[in-house]
Order: sequence, then C-alpha cells, then structure tokens
Amino acid sequence: MIFATVGSQAPFDRLIRAVDDWAGSRKRSDVFAQIAAGDYCPVHVKYKKFVEPQEFRQLVQEAKVIVAHAGMGSIITALEMGKPIVVMPRRARYRETRNDHQVAAANHFGAQGRVIVADDENRLAEVLDYAVTLGETERIEAKASDELITTIRNFIDAAGVDR
Amino acid sequence: MPDKVKKLASRKKVLAVASSGGHWTQLLRVMPAFDCHEVAFVTVLEAYRSDVPDHRFYLVDDANRWNKFGLIKLAASVAWIVAKERPDVVVSTGAAPGYFAVLVGRLLGAKTIWIDSITNIERLSMSGALAGKHANLWLTQWPHLAKAEGPQYGGSVL
Repeated sequence: MIFATVGSQAPFDRLIRAVDDWAGSRKRSDVFAQIAAGDYCPVHVKYKKFVEPQEFRQLVQEAKVIVAHAGMGSIITALEMGKPIVVMPRRARYRETRNDHQVAAANHFGAQGRVIVADDENRLAEVLDYAVTLGETERIEAKASDELITTIRNFIDAAGVDR
Repeated sequence: MPDKVKKLASRKKVLAVASSGGHWTQLLRVMPAFDCHEVAFVTVLEAYRSDVPDHRFYLVDDANRWNKFGLIKLAASVAWIVAKERPDVVVSTGAAPGYFAVLVGRLLGAKTIWIDSITNIERLSMSGALAGKHANLWLTQWPHLAKAEGPQYGGSVL
C-alpha cells in the first residue's frame, strides 16, 4: 500500500492530482490518500479528507511507501516507523503555505538521505517509481537528541530555585 | 540537606503546549526531559489525549494571525489553564497556543522554554521570533540560526 498525506492544516491538490495520475498510469489500486479540504477529487485513489492520529499511524505502519507534503509530522512519523518517504514541498507562490520553509526542509533532509524529494508535480512520477523499489529503512528512536533532552532537563531542574 | 539542594531535586510542575501535526510530534519527542516531573499537556486535538495517558490534558481551539477573534479566545483559554495549573515551567514547540502560554506563564512567574520547530531551517517562525524574546530559554534546532542575543542552539528533535 502507498499512503499519500497532506496533513490536516490545508489542502495540497497539486500533490494529490500527481499521485492520482501516477496511480492511474501505473494501474495501482493500492494507493490511499488523505487529502484535507481540497477541490480535486481523486479518480484512481481511495481517499479520506481527514484521518485521526491513531489511524494516521496505522496507515503509515501498513504502507510500503509514504508520499507527503514536507511537513515535520509526516516526516518524523515515517522515520520513526522506518518507511521510505517521498516529499513534495508546498510553495508560497501557489499559496500552499505562507513561506517556503517546506522547500528548505525538503532540500535539507533530502541531502541527508532521510527523505526522497520530488521538487514538483512533474517530478513526482519518476521519484515514486524509484521509491516503490525500496525496502524499509532503519527506524529512528521516538525521542529527541540526547543534547536537546539534556538542555531541557537541566533547565527544568534548575527552575524554581530562586522562587 | 540545604534548602537549595532540596529544591533542585524536587518535582516540578510542567505545562507542555503544542498545536497539531509537527508541533505535537516534536513535543512528544522531548517528553523524556520531563521524567520525574508532573506534566500537564495543552493541545488542539482530542485524539492526542491517548498519546499522553496518565497526564492532565487540556484542549483549546487553535488560531492563527488571520483570525483575530480566534486569537483572543485562544489567549483567554490558555491564560485560564496557566492560571489554574500554576506551572513552574512552561515549554512549547509552537505555535499560537504556545506563544500565549509563554507570555502568560512568564507573567505568573513560571520559567518558560520556547523550542522553535525543526522545520524553520532558514529563519525562525513568526511565533518563534515573537515568543522567543519572552522565553527564559529560547531554542533553535539549527546551530546556524543561533545568535548571542538568542535564540541558542541546544540540540534537535532528530
């Protein structure tokens, strides 16, 4: 199963249309999409507007590949479950977000090899063709770096001393 | 034991605040830092309750800068929760609910932590730039965004 998700905040029809086209041309009937309140209704892909967080994790768990906007909720969940994730960043110029932070995030984590980036809808099909050949990746632990945990823990331990 | 040492070792009340999606995911990843402390959570989706069983859990309606009435309502809800909880520490990974929690927490004498989202690689988020100035500990997750006057870098959620 391939799970496509755009997060709960805003639609991302450019991604869903590209995923739907890919599913149609590759004759894949095993694609499920969470599309938010978009205007585009997929033809080849089963979909829901929203899924609850537990169902979201279940879908990621069952999927062979995740395809998503470059939101950190989607990226971190895929990494924690060891699933290959293709990300297509939302762009401010199409009013898909306020700024291009997703472009920077996609490029950065793409360069690290943690995500596979499709810059835009024209690149998505070939990137997905590649991603479906991949197996599970190593799962990351479900916690922040030791450095961040220590920074916060030390601050909390010291708080209130002067109250 | 001297008073100061006793207090250092004591259990603190922590109020942990995040809106949905990546903000909540990142807050869950720093939870080990709250071990041994009493933690209450504030977020925007009922479904997140099961992520933090055994903790007090508050829901607020999220808002953003395009919804001024929503922001006022959110500020009031968050202020009520902070006043009720009287936390020693407020920690947030964003966005709007955390901004208000940091402001009100500071006013009521809590120590406050703002962790700017890992997604902000090129510059801080708007809520981060605003809230960070009011936080006692203002963190970016990117070393190249750290500045002498804040934010500082102290590790990342990944």
